[in-house]
Amino acid sequence: MRQAGSETRLSLALLIPSLIGVAVFVYGFIAWTGYISLTDWRGLLPDYALKGFGQYKQLFNHPRFRQDLVNTGVFTLMFLAGNLFLGLTLATLLDRRLRGAGFFRSLFMFPMAVSFVVTGTVWVWIFNPDSGLNRIFTALGFDTADWGWITDERMALVCVGLAAIWQMAGFTMAQYLAGLKGISDDLREAARIDGANEAQIFRHILLPQLWPVTVGAIVILGHISLKIFDLVYVMTQGGPGRATDMPGIYMFEITFRGDFFARGAAIAIVMLAMVALLIVPYLIYSRRMDAA
Amino acid sequence: MKAKRVAWMALAALMVVGLIACQQSKAPAGPPAVPTPVPGASDEAKAPAPQGGDNAGAPSAPAESLEGELTIFSWWTAGGEADGLAELIKVFEQKYPKVKVVNAAVAGGAGTNAKAVLKTRMLGGDPPGTFQVHGGSELIETWVDAGLMAPITNLFALEGWKSAFPEQLVDMVSKDGEIYAVPSNVHRGNMLWYNKAVFDKAGVAAVPTNFDEWIAACEKIKATGVTPLALASRNKWPVLHLFENLLVEAGGTDFYRELFAGKVPWTDARVKTALEHLAALLKYVNKDHAALTWDQASGQVQQGKAAMNVMGDWAKGYYTAQGWKPGEEYDAAPTPGTGGVFFVVTDTFGLPAKAPNPDLTRAFLKVVGSVEGQLNFNPKKGSIPARTDVPRGAFDVIAQRTMDDFAKDTLVPSAAHGSAVKEAFVVEMNDALSVFLSRKNVDKTASALQQAASDTGVVQ
Repeated sequence: MRQAGSETRLSLALLIPSLIGVAVFVYGFIAWTGYISLTDWRGLLPDYALKGFGQYKQLFNHPRFRQDLVNTGVFTLMFLAGNLFLGLTLATLLDRRLRGAGFFRSLFMFPMAVSFVVTGTVWVWIFNPDSGLNRIFTALGFDTADWGWITDERMALVCVGLAAIWQMAGFTMAQYLAGLKGISDDLREAARIDGANEAQIFRHILLPQLWPVTVGAIVILGHISLKIFDLVYVMTQGGPGRATDMPGIYMFEITFRGDFFARGAAIAIVMLAMVALLIVPYLIYSRRMDAA
Repeated sequence: MKAKRVAWMALAALMVVGLIACQQSKAPAGPPAVPTPVPGASDEAKAPAPQGGDNAGAPSAPAESLEGELTIFSWWTAGGEADGLAELIKVFEQKYPKVKVVNAAVAGGAGTNAKAVLKTRMLGGDPPGTFQVHGGSELIETWVDAGLMAPITNLFALEGWKSAFPEQLVDMVSKDGEIYAVPSNVHRGNMLWYNKAVFDKAGVAAVPTNFDEWIAACEKIKATGVTPLALASRNKWPVLHLFENLLVEAGGTDFYRELFAGKVPWTDARVKTALEHLAALLKYVNKDHAALTWDQASGQVQQGKAAMNVMGDWAKGYYTAQGWKPGEEYDAAPTPGTGGVFFVVTDTFGLPAKAPNPDLTRAFLKVVGSVEGQLNFNPKKGSIPARTDVPRGAFDVIAQRTMDDFAKDTLVPSAAHGSAVKEAFVVEMNDALSVFLSRKNVDKTASALQQAASDTGVVQ
């Protein structure tokens, strides 16, 4: 009894520094940002007078921010769909124990080791109408004069999305590979004995078994894409026009260049809310799974 | 054992040297880091200078024996700008050999990165000895209004600077009768750069001086298959840079000042005229403008892919570095419709209220404001002196013409470069104009600008 009590005390004592750290530096600063978003702080010197929800009203009426929300939504859908599809496809192929599977696994994983800044720099060269893909297509005999790629408002977001998928598809593949390895061969054998073909096994055995992996991947990838900044900033700085602008870019510009701290804080809180919409259901879901 | 240790130390030293070399070879995007040769540059600039505070071989005994460390903060890290700053520091070190100068320059983003670092240092109570800041709104509304600068009105009186600098320029660094910074240089924002060979080929005999002539010239050039006007919109500000020229072209200087002071609404007819003129010019720009930075647009003019470009006179620094000859292969004139007006982009240095050693800062400011300092700094930087009494021999033909205009034109502050209005509104203007590039919706853009002016507090 005494033993258990001292253990509890010891573990509490060990936890307290990190609890305090998280309380102050995470939740404290979230609360502080929330407070700033309710003021009218413009300029270098603080203005802590509470003004209510005016910043949010201005923000949601601002055409740039509205476009940012739409862009984030489109980008996230594209990013999730691309990663899940590519990741699952690659994982399924590599799971077949092909010769050289280990080599290809490393090959597809490598982009993950590169930072978004490097990825962005390389892909912006590829999508630059003067230097990249157009050279190849011109050599192949196409007329590329009107192919703007990253300088074309309709194409730019897709270009950024492709670069992001290139970066993270290997990670998704690794997740699915781990999931596939965790599925017992007995299940597949049993299905084969029952006369199921490979497509049916994939559809009715593997996919349902991989569902928790998919949910996990959606949460991890989703929070990356909802907060995306570095990749887009390096590739387009939000342009052309507002074609690839994201809330993170607007927040950075208006806060650290414009000193409009109240609006920057309001954007940060909206971004937090978007990620919370994704993560909170997942937390509830995983608690239920643990309980079951 | 000992030999081994020596070998290790040598290896470590080599690696450090290698790292430094790597860093230096990685100049940021923008004009290449080539020193700008200036015809007839003064010989003083080439005199050897002591490298550090403890250098015993200083050529002349110092008049004053100040000691300590002076940190100079800027975003001048490459090309002529960095060379100019080095010249300025050289002059200072000759006068004050016991002072150790720390050149704390932060690279990247046309100063955006440096400004973020500076804010942290200033608000954190750790200001540099002095820092580069654009005169006008950027100095006054950001730093002076926040109470972070100390006035140097006294220094102006002691050095007799009030008569050396134009009154309109001193106004840009003053508030409520106190002066807060000394201008080191002046750039002109409203300049039209053109390739003479392309103009000749298209049959454009005279440089356009008003909007209609400008469009007519664009038509002639377009017929020869060359892009009439080079534009760069990747960093957004070059579009605002062009637009602010058009605001003056459409409404004049009084209107321009009142607009940024919040006394004229952005839905005014003259704003809409300027937007319409911008839309008209957009028919003649290069398609790939969204991928280009300002120097790449300047490059298109040099390569003959484009005929004209509206840019500040730092474009000349780029051309000089490329070995292009001013007045022969290319030339510049005020942006059509802005003759007699001088868009000022001025770099200034001031005294932070909490500067670690105000005497050192004042000593440096004296050098910045002196004829000798301005004469050594400006030819390298590609700008003109902020003083109007500096000998002209060291400057090229275009700079000499700019110096003439500076002495007699109406001076207006540039918005794109932080001198006319607060930065929050500049961010919003950049956004509105980058959308205008493709949508060209005049009314919507005008009302978006008006809304932004009220959100950011430009209009009360």
